[in-house]
Amino acid sequence: MHIALKLIAQRLALGGLLLVAVSVLIFVGTQILPGDVAQSILGQSATPESLANLRAELGLNEPAITRYFAWAGGMLTGDLGTALTSGADIGDAIGGRLANTLFLASVAAAFSIPLAILLGLLAVRFKDKWPDKLISATTLASISLPEFFIGYLLIFFFGVKLGWFPSVATVYDGMGFWDRLEVVILPALTLTLVVLAHMMRMTRAAILNVMQSAYIESAELKGLSRFKIIYRHAFPNAIAPIVNVVMLNMAYLIVGVVVVEVIFVYPGMGQYLVDHVSKRDVPVVQACGLIFAAFYIGLNLVADVVSILTNPRLRHPK
Amino acid sequence: MSDELKYLSRLVAAGRLDRRAFMGRAAALGVTAMGAGTLLTSQVRAQGAVKGGTIRVGIQGGSSTDSLDPATATNSTATQILRMWGEPLVELTADGGLENVLAEEFSASADAATWTFKIRPGVTFSNGKTLEPADVAATLERHAGEESQSGALGLLTGITSITVEGDSVVIALDGPNADLPYLLTDYHLMIQPGGGKEAPDAAIGTGPYTLVAHEAGVRSVFEKNPNYWREDLGHAATIELLVINDDTARSAALQSGQVHMVNRVAPKVASLVSRMPGVTVHSTPSAGHYVFIMHCNTAPFDNNDLRLALKYAMNREEMVDKILFGNGTVGNDTPINAAYPLFSDDIEQRTYDPDKAAFHFKASGHEGPILLRTSDNSFPGAPDASQLFQQSAAAAGIELDIKREPNDGYWSEVWNTQPFCTSYWGGRSVQDAMFSTAYSSAADWNDTRFFNPQFDQLLVAARGELNEETRKGMYRDMSVMVRDEGGLICPMFNNFIDATSDKVAGWGPSKGFDLMNFYAPMKMWVVG
Repeated sequence: MHIALKLIAQRLALGGLLLVAVSVLIFVGTQILPGDVAQSILGQSATPESLANLRAELGLNEPAITRYFAWAGGMLTGDLGTALTSGADIGDAIGGRLANTLFLASVAAAFSIPLAILLGLLAVRFKDKWPDKLISATTLASISLPEFFIGYLLIFFFGVKLGWFPSVATVYDGMGFWDRLEVVILPALTLTLVVLAHMMRMTRAAILNVMQSAYIESAELKGLSRFKIIYRHAFPNAIAPIVNVVMLNMAYLIVGVVVVEVIFVYPGMGQYLVDHVSKRDVPVVQACGLIFAAFYIGLNLVADVVSILTNPRLRHPK
Repeated sequence: MSDELKYLSRLVAAGRLDRRAFMGRAAALGVTAMGAGTLLTSQVRAQGAVKGGTIRVGIQGGSSTDSLDPATATNSTATQILRMWGEPLVELTADGGLENVLAEEFSASADAATWTFKIRPGVTFSNGKTLEPADVAATLERHAGEESQSGALGLLTGITSITVEGDSVVIALDGPNADLPYLLTDYHLMIQPGGGKEAPDAAIGTGPYTLVAHEAGVRSVFEKNPNYWREDLGHAATIELLVINDDTARSAALQSGQVHMVNRVAPKVASLVSRMPGVTVHSTPSAGHYVFIMHCNTAPFDNNDLRLALKYAMNREEMVDKILFGNGTVGNDTPINAAYPLFSDDIEQRTYDPDKAAFHFKASGHEGPILLRTSDNSFPGAPDASQLFQQSAAAAGIELDIKREPNDGYWSEVWNTQPFCTSYWGGRSVQDAMFSTAYSSAADWNDTRFFNPQFDQLLVAARGELNEETRKGMYRDMSVMVRDEGGLICPMFNNFIDATSDKVAGWGPSKGFDLMNFYAPMKMWVVG
């Protein structure tokens, strides 16, 4: 087992290295935006004196390397700095937003992952029969619609016509868990419809691939039921590609849902980032970028580790 | 209006006939839905305001970058929040006049260069402090100061001193300005304890509500201020503002009953929204206008014949029909309309005339296409309006090329930089403010590069003219100058389109901004 531990440590170290590289990219990217930061903050009302004052205040007269290490050091010690536009502490503001984003992503994942895998198993069990075709057709149809359109459709039917769920998903401090769950039902359902097909198709394809193997034939000859063969013998050997695609979709649920946030008025990270990009609030953009990158790398790391642990050939290399 | 309709509307107000049945019968009597809705509202108002309950507002404009400091408020959510907790010295009335708020009375010296505002006694801030003239003086100083970042700074540049004299605040100007009280209605100028110098974003003021929960760009909750000094404002016990920037989400929230009122209904869906059960759409004329602006000092627009050619090539009625969907009025190439107190309605209306356009175009000697820049955010429907203009101009033999610019950076790279583009103006409370902001030679935002010494002289002279008829005549002359010589093509004035549900009542006319100049949540009440 110690080889596996070593592998995991290796992956973690690589992930850390990647994050450092990303932080450099983010920093350089925000530095080469046209006009310097002070200019974009002051905009039309800039005078030479106010520009000089603001540059000094932001520490822009320091060399870029010094500024990078000051910023990266702050990040490591949990000090994300203050927003230029509102003067608020970025850590506090992002904390609440990130919790909201993770809550919505978790609810959507709790709906979509079990559903996608179950539908995938069913599609394999009834391969080329009507349930398989029905499942494929509906999930592919839902992934083909733009997410804002799915959102509007759900608002129209469940929010306005039937009145079952609120169409506005505003959550705030002091709101109970069940209230939060109720308001995020529609956005979570939208996201579920968006990510379902990808995971379902991958589950189906991965299991079908395994189903060609000789040991499946022996299981059949043993007289096991078809569904038992699928979930006892085929599924465990198809976990690695499924976990990979599940993690990719999890990452999407965290970093890519700004459209859904806007439509449902959900106060998550995406809307927060877009607001600050349009005001050129660079410290916030840098902090958000790094957090998103950390999630992306972290989830892919989990996918890697899981595929190593579930694959004896990788677990015990020659 | 028939007696039967009045009888029916009284039944609704008394709760003996439901709203839908009333609308049905009104339609049978040949009254439009909008007319019947208005009648209904006025009858319900007559029954008297109901105290208590919660009003929820779905409001556009808020962003997570907003601060609570009145000086930096720019969008409609920030303005609405200021109205809830703060109050200015004076406020606009529905007929364009002035109402004293924190000023008990005010007066000017004979030359209108010194103004005295007597401060209302017995008013307290929501932190318990009593309102004093020093607070008023400090507030004005903060906005007018050298280092001020305030949006009201431009309005206050003429102030030379602000002093406290007994129970009054005296404002001295560097020249006469008959409009100073109007300028003080600006929404940035909410009176704060100590002028807000120590805690500009504390949201402490004398307003009818106090802020109890706030997350910028998401939600703000207000409770009634128990010590508020007025009876006629602030009926609901709680007011909740939900920032909903997506147009469709906003109208869906109103339709599903999650909010009681919304602002900025998109013109193209206004008639659909008005057909929703239990929803009334209010289309209120405003001073805001959508414009095509030419730089008078840049070729080929430095030729007045060319400018006139383009003005005659604009089909104004078509713009109001197809861009505003009827929710607006035609413009007359001046930024002034009937929303202004000293408006003259006798200036000849310029109309679409391809022959005159072709004549002036030929006289200008210009050949080849003219480049017009536009973007989605220069005003709603601007690219469509540019195409309509392209077609109406083509009928006069004028070729327009349209260049679509990105939204990001439009206000810094295109507007007030490029010689011909689309834009919008929100309008101001008085002519002087509008002309000083964008048409005097010295104005930073002179986005038509209109340099006319005679116009500048009239502008200064009108400020000191206390005879209203003479002043009105001066403003008429200035409008005519802009109309006939300026670089402004103003095809339309846009209405504010708001919508309310029948769970709230008390809508009335207003001047200024949308949602009854942002007083709707406080002037309306929950229907029992």
